Order: sequence, then structure tokens, then C-alpha cells
Amino acid sequence: MLRFAVRRIGLMVPTLIGLSLLLFFWVRILPGDPARSLLGQRATPEGIERLNELYGFDQPIWKQYVTYVSALARGDFGQSIDLHEPVLDAFIDKLPTTIEVTFVALLLAVAVGIPLGYYAGRHQGGWLDTAIVSTSLLGVVTPVFFLAILLKYVFADQLGLLPTQGRQDARIDVDHPTNFYVLDGLITGEYAAAWDALQHLILPGLALGTIPLAIVVRITRASVSDVVHEDYVRTAEAKGLYAGTINRRHILRNALLPVVTTIGLQLGLLLSGAVLTETVFALDGIGNYLYDAITVRDYPVLQGFILFIALMYSIINLLVDLSYGLIDPRVRVS
Amino acid sequence: MTIAPTATLPPEGPLSPDGPTAESMAGESLWKGAWQRLRRNPMALIGGGIMAVFVFVALFAPLLAPYEPASTEWTELSTPFFVQGSNSEHLLGIDRWGSDMLTQLIFGARQSLIIGVVSTLIGLFAGALLGTLAGGLGGKVDTVIMRFVDILLSIPSLLLAISIAAAMGKSSFALMVAIGAAQIPIFARLLRSTMLSQSRSDYVLAANALGLRRRNIILGHILPNSLGPTIVQATLNLATAIIEVAALSFLGLGEDDPAVAEWGRMIVSGQDRFQIAPWLAFYPGICIAITALGFTLLGEALREALDPKQRR
Amino acid sequence: MTVEYVPGQPQSQPQTTIAGHGDRPLLTVTDLSVTFTRRGRAPVHAVDDVSFQIRAGEHVGLVGESGSGKSVTSLAIMGLLPRGGVEVAGSVDFDGQELIGLDTATMRNLRGQELAMVFQDPMTSLNPVITVGRQITEVLKRHRDLDKADARTEAVDLLTKVGIPDPARRVGDYPHQLSGGMRQRVLIAIALACQPRLLIADEPTTALDVTIQAQILELLRELVSGSQTALLMITHDLGVVAGLCDRVHVMYSGRIVESAERRQLFARPRHPYTGGLMASIPRLDQPRGVPLTPIPGSPTDTLPWSQGCAFAPRCPNSEVDCRMHTPALEPADNRALRCFHPLTTDPRSVGATHA
Repeated sequence: MLRFAVRRIGLMVPTLIGLSLLLFFWVRILPGDPARSLLGQRATPEGIERLNELYGFDQPIWKQYVTYVSALARGDFGQSIDLHEPVLDAFIDKLPTTIEVTFVALLLAVAVGIPLGYYAGRHQGGWLDTAIVSTSLLGVVTPVFFLAILLKYVFADQLGLLPTQGRQDARIDVDHPTNFYVLDGLITGEYAAAWDALQHLILPGLALGTIPLAIVVRITRASVSDVVHEDYVRTAEAKGLYAGTINRRHILRNALLPVVTTIGLQLGLLLSGAVLTETVFALDGIGNYLYDAITVRDYPVLQGFILFIALMYSIINLLVDLSYGLIDPRVRVS
Repeated sequence: MTIAPTATLPPEGPLSPDGPTAESMAGESLWKGAWQRLRRNPMALIGGGIMAVFVFVALFAPLLAPYEPASTEWTELSTPFFVQGSNSEHLLGIDRWGSDMLTQLIFGARQSLIIGVVSTLIGLFAGALLGTLAGGLGGKVDTVIMRFVDILLSIPSLLLAISIAAAMGKSSFALMVAIGAAQIPIFARLLRSTMLSQSRSDYVLAANALGLRRRNIILGHILPNSLGPTIVQATLNLATAIIEVAALSFLGLGEDDPAVAEWGRMIVSGQDRFQIAPWLAFYPGICIAITALGFTLLGEALREALDPKQRR
Repeated sequence: MTVEYVPGQPQSQPQTTIAGHGDRPLLTVTDLSVTFTRRGRAPVHAVDDVSFQIRAGEHVGLVGESGSGKSVTSLAIMGLLPRGGVEVAGSVDFDGQELIGLDTATMRNLRGQELAMVFQDPMTSLNPVITVGRQITEVLKRHRDLDKADARTEAVDLLTKVGIPDPARRVGDYPHQLSGGMRQRVLIAIALACQPRLLIADEPTTALDVTIQAQILELLRELVSGSQTALLMITHDLGVVAGLCDRVHVMYSGRIVESAERRQLFARPRHPYTGGLMASIPRLDQPRGVPLTPIPGSPTDTLPWSQGCAFAPRCPNSEVDCRMHTPALEPADNRALRCFHPLTTDPRSVGATHA
């Protein structure tokens, strides 16, 4: 198991080095003078001068890369050109919002998706199965931002059940020690604030979680209906085990293996989907920040945020792979 | 000495009492069987129907649309309340710029089709090239290519498309390249794995043993057998591409020319008027969803048709 | 009109089965029929009016090619047929209890405890994500109410019994860490964990290497003989039956075509299909160079039993009446036989000849 983990982590290193190279050259291949394109419309001779100095654009390219990587190693991920703040600080500042929304979305996908998929897989061909499959198909093909707009219109604007935007009602003024608003409310005993923050998360979480939910349903269903026909399930039946034991230990446990991998991959979808949902719901997270950076072509922010997101994504998939090693003994040896 | 075929009889599958089906399947060619299964599948019929309508509308947009695409002559009608669908001259009303909605939607289909198809082709060709090289040559080439693919995969695909589009500026061409590039890893992995599994399959081993030329084995055996999964993936990717075009447009990374109608941008421009005129964003959104649904259904049906083992 | 003969019922000749089995059979299968019905397709009669009996401690072979219905028969006895699209008719009496239509809870109590089964493919018949020890203990806990520690000790004992070296370590192994032969031993240990009164082995050696096949058969024989456990051996290989079974039923296309006491059957096969099966077994007592005689055609060249004899299209002895009337299973020559024109001579020496 340990060897498996070490090998798997070892595989991550070249990927990350490659990624830093890619992102480095990405800014360099922008047409024209790199400093000018970095600054875009705000390019002034002094600004270009300053950036050239900062990034060493007049230096040979390999030197620039060394400068870039050593800066990264020091934790310097550049500065936002638009807002003049360190990219890393901005990312850390915005991350909790995104994590909150992502968590709600993921919870929805897993807590609803697995039972629905399991039911559909066990009752293939029934009317409920057909309904689940059709609905999940609709979930996959509806654009995230469109769904977000629809949900906001129906549940916030028309029915007034949930808040339309932001993380917290403007009238609520409480401390935020961790910057996770729901958690903050619970820690400080401001339960009303926590409840309010939670309500703000429901619609974005729903919009963001729909595609992963649909995918989890489909994968679980396919996986369960495969496993049900496996020989070892028949062996379990021949042992006379209780139906509950067979379902849990022999069907679900095997059927969940591909689902776990899928959930890891969905996190990539969630992190990039955040750009779309946070914009619609005016949530102050990394997605919204990234959106602003795209609008004004703030390349250091784009560069840094993409690197962070890729890093998070890689770590999540590493964890998924490792947990896969825990639940599937075959992986540990091979 | 002759070997008697019945000396050891084939073991009996416990739940396959009807032998004749296996017999009749082996006789048909893969494609003929697939076509027959496809024709009987309601999913394929719905998906194919949607796709046919979509392609038809996109191809004949100038003939079908009631007005010129870029005409904005009904500006006075668009304020303050945007004409609704009841108007006989503008079946689906007028958008905020004073253009006819129906015309915009019809030309939007054209834009979606072009970008969807071209970007998928870009992804397909680049990915197929990388995948076949990696799978066919193996060794160091394989390692280098697959490392590169891993790097691309470490960035979520929408983010990858965003970064490419952002670097290239606002144009349809940038959209195609960005969305196409985001598909490269998918096709590269697919082609590589099918090539590897095919080249380890019994018939390729047999062909090798018989001394067939390597090129003939690849062209005659491996490629035709990789075709099915590739077609399936391409169809499914078309659906993703159409959604991603809209997403990038939504983020302001799409076509800059206001004369080009695009569904994603129509949603954006309708978004802030959603409370007074929800249909402005609703129609294009529904168009995207239905088109993507069509390609997804068709792709799933193709997958089932081409892989009879997966059928239940 | 002939009265259907129940094979397995002692004939007038002196019985050769082991003494002390008592008169009442352990398992009585009467007119068992299994029909698979699928929408848009003609129903398939996988098992068609099959009747036989097994006594306690007796070893019975059910022999036939793919599609002959032998495995479906065993699954029907175990109540393991899929719920949808299957019609089961007839009766399976297990020690006075009717198994067909028995409620699920009672059937679950019987399975694994009174009735056990070993399947064909050991590579896929064990749950890949659970240790083999747990797969044994779960059946002990379920039926014998053992606690965790006792179940583990018992599991190690069982592994020792089925000949797995270093059993105390192997209980913690996962199936993929064991070879095919070892896995089949584990499956046998699971099946015998509660000392069932009936063990069904469905092609237990087919998926294994030839050298392992003999070991597994030997193991089964050791474990079953001398105990009160009755064995129903399902196989396509008459060679497996030859060394193991007291009585053999040969099935073709869902029906029993010949059943006899083992020695009678091997000494003088009467049904042309049985003769064909024997002629295609390689034998050591034949001169070199004598080719094996395959049965012509494949199991799919059948005639529906309703129209005549299903084997007629492949049968060297078939005549016009075989394709017009359905032969009944009738007593003849110390056996039950379903044939109008049975073999008269040993097919192995001169090949199949006309009656």
C-alpha cells in the first residue's frame, strides 16, 4: 500500500513540472510583447518597464523559467495586474466560498445520486428506472449557467423561497474567523447567520451539483446492473445470506468502485463549473474572481488560479486513487 | 491424429439456454448488426431526429429565417418591454438589441454546428494522432506523449478551454481551437487504449504470427476496430462542445462580432432581463439543451449498437 | 401409451448403491420444466419434464452438452434462477419439503446450510474485495451462529480440509492472491462449511488446468464419500462421472435421454447420444492411431421434442419414425431409455451402427 502511494505521488511530480512549463509558455506565446499583452489596455511605458523588470521578459527564456519556478518555490505566484494584490492571497481569500458551494454540490451528487442509481440499477426497465435515467440525461445536457439562471428565476425571484445572491444577508453582521460562513455561524453561536449562509448555498449548490448528480446516477446504475450479474453475487445467493448482506457486502461494495473514481473526476467539473455558477449568484469565490480576471485579461491571476486549481484537482485525484487502493485490494498489489 | 471437436464439449453457460442467438450474431458483420440494433433503438431515433432537424436548420438558415441575421431594425419595439411571442411578425419576439429572436436562434444553430463540428474534428485529429503514435510506437514516445496528455488532463477541460480562448482573443476560430484542444486528451487516451487492447487481441497476435506486415495489421485490423469507440466518443463530444461554446460565450470569450448569432451570448444578453422577459434567455438555453440531448442520445445509442456485449 | 418411468427408482435387479441409504430419497425431482420467455421471442424450453431422485450419500451425474439444460436444472433446484422471464413447473421435493414456490426466507435458510453449490468458474465466483476468510466465515455466522473467533478457527479448519497450505495466513488473503485451483478449493470449503445434505457441483473443473482438474475431483470425492452428503455432479465430461458417480443421467436438449447405474451405462451405452459422447472420449486402452469419433453437427441442430426426437438430426441411427413421433423414457435393459433405435453394440469398438 505504501509503495503504491509513493509511486502514485511520484507520478504527480513530472505532471506538475510539465504544467508549470505549460503555463509559463502560455503567457509567452501571447501575441506581441509579453509585458504589453499582460497589461492589455492598461499598458503604459512605465508599466511595461516595471513588468519587464519583474518577470525579466528581456532575459533569455530559460532564465525566465528559472526565475518563474524559483518564484513559485518561494510562494510568489505573481500579482494581480488589475487589483494589485498577490495572486496567492486572493486565492486563499476566495477559496472558502468555492469550497462551501462545491461541498454542497458534491453532497447532493453523492447522497442523492448513489441511492437513485442503486435503485435504478436494481429495477432496470421499471417505470421509476426509466424516469431516473431520463431525468439524469436532462441533467447532463443542460448548461450549468442556464440552469443557474433558471433556478434563480424560479426559486429566488418568482417564489422568493431562497436568497438570490451573495453569501450572507447584508443585514447580518457577524465575525468570520474561518471565512467558511456556515462554519463560522456554528462556531460563534450565531445560528441564524449559519442558517442564512446555508440558504445562500442551496441554489448555487443545486445548479453546480446537477451534472455530477446525473453522472453519479448513471455510473452507479450501470455499475450496479453489471455487478448484479456477477458470479460472486450468485455464490453469495447460494450461501443463503440475507438479502441485506448480499446487497451491502457483495453488490454495493463492488459497484461503488467505479463511482469513487467518477466522483474524483467530477471535482474537476465542479471547480471549473464554479466559474459559471458563482457569476450568476454573485458569490465571491475563486470562480467569480477568475471570471473578472478573464474579462480584463488579468493573466497573472489566470496563470496562478489555473495552477492552483490543477494542483487541487491532482491532489484530490491522488486521494481518490489512494482510497481506491484501500477499498479495492487488487490495486494495492499491481 | 485428428482432434475430435467434441472430445471436450464447450462448457455450458448456466443462464444461456438459447444457443441460436450466439450463432446468428457471429454471422453478421459488426456494422450491419450495429445498424440493425440502432434502427430498433428509440433512443437512436429521437437522437437522430433531433440531430437531423438541427443540421437541417443550420445548413438552410438563410432560407428558413424570416429576417436578415444581423438586422436590428426593431429597436424601438425592444424597449421597454420586448415584444412577446404573440406578435405574428415576430413569432418568438425581439431581443434587447432589436433583432428578431427566431432569426437569431436559427442562425445560432449554424454557429453551434460549425464550432461544434470543427472543434471536435480538431480534437479528434490531434488526439487520434497522439494516441495512435503512443499506442503504435510504444516505448519512449508513448511515455512522453502520455505524460503530456496527463498534464492536459490535470486541468479541468473547461478551464483548459478558457485559458486557450483567453490567450487567443475573441473569435470563432479561437473558440474552435480552445474547445478542440480540450478534447485532445480524451481522444488520445481512447485511441491509445483501443490500439493497445487490439494489438494484444488474439487475431492480431495471429496475424503477427502469420507474418502479415505491420502496416497491414494496423490498417486492416486495428484501425477498423478502433473506429467504433471513436465515433461514439466524437458524437458524445459534439454535445459537450456545443455546451462549452455557450459556456465560453457566457464568460465573454466567444465571438466578438455582434452580427454573428450565438446561443450562449443570447443567454448572457437575456440574463439581466430575465425577470421581465425570461424567454430571451430561455429559448436559446432550451435550444442548447435539446441539441446536446440529441447528440448524447445518438452517442449512447451508437455505443450500445456497436458494443453488443454491453447490452442488457 | 407408456407410463413415464422415473429414473433413479431401483429396478428389479439387485441394487448396487451403498447400503444404509434408506428407502426415502433425499431429493425427488418430478416433471421439472423450466421455460425462458422473452418478449418478442419464442419461449425456450431449457428443461423439459425432467425427473430423477438422489438418496442421501449418493453421487449422481447429470451429463450433457451446452444447452442440454443440466445447469438450469441445478439452478432451479437451488432456487437461483432469475426472477423475471422464467417459468418453473413441476416439483422438487427435498426431504419432504417442496422447493418450487417455496418462500424466499425459508429457501435462504436452506441454501448454504442444507443445499450447497460449487460453481464453474472459480476466477469470478469469489467476491474480489473481501478476504476469502470472511467469505467463509459469513456463511458460518449465517447458518451455524458461530461468533467471530469460532468462525475464524472453523474457517482455518475448513481451508486445511480442502488442502490449502498455510491456511492461517491464507484466510487473510484476497481472491486475486490465490490461483484458480486454490480458489476452487475455497469455494468447496464454503459449500461444505455447514455440512450440507446435498452438494451440487456445476462443472467444477471445467475452468481449471487439466492437472488441477484431477486434484479437485479427487478432493471432492474424498470430502463427499463416506459422509451423508449427496452429490449432484453436473458435467459435460463422461470421464468425470466415470470415477465419481453411482448413477448417471444423460440429458439432451432439456430432457433426460438415458439414465442408468454407472457400470451399466459405461458397459453398454444404449442411446446413440450417450454412445457418441463415449466415442469422443480419448481412451488409453485403444490402439494408437484410432481416431476419436465426434458426434456430427452441433447442439443447435435440434428438433423440437414435440415433433420427434431432438437428437434425430445428428443421430446415426435415426429413421423416419424418429422425426414423426416423440420417444418416451421407458425402462429397458436395466435403465431408462428414450430411443426408438438404440445401440446394440459397443460404439467404441466399431463405431455407431444401426439397430
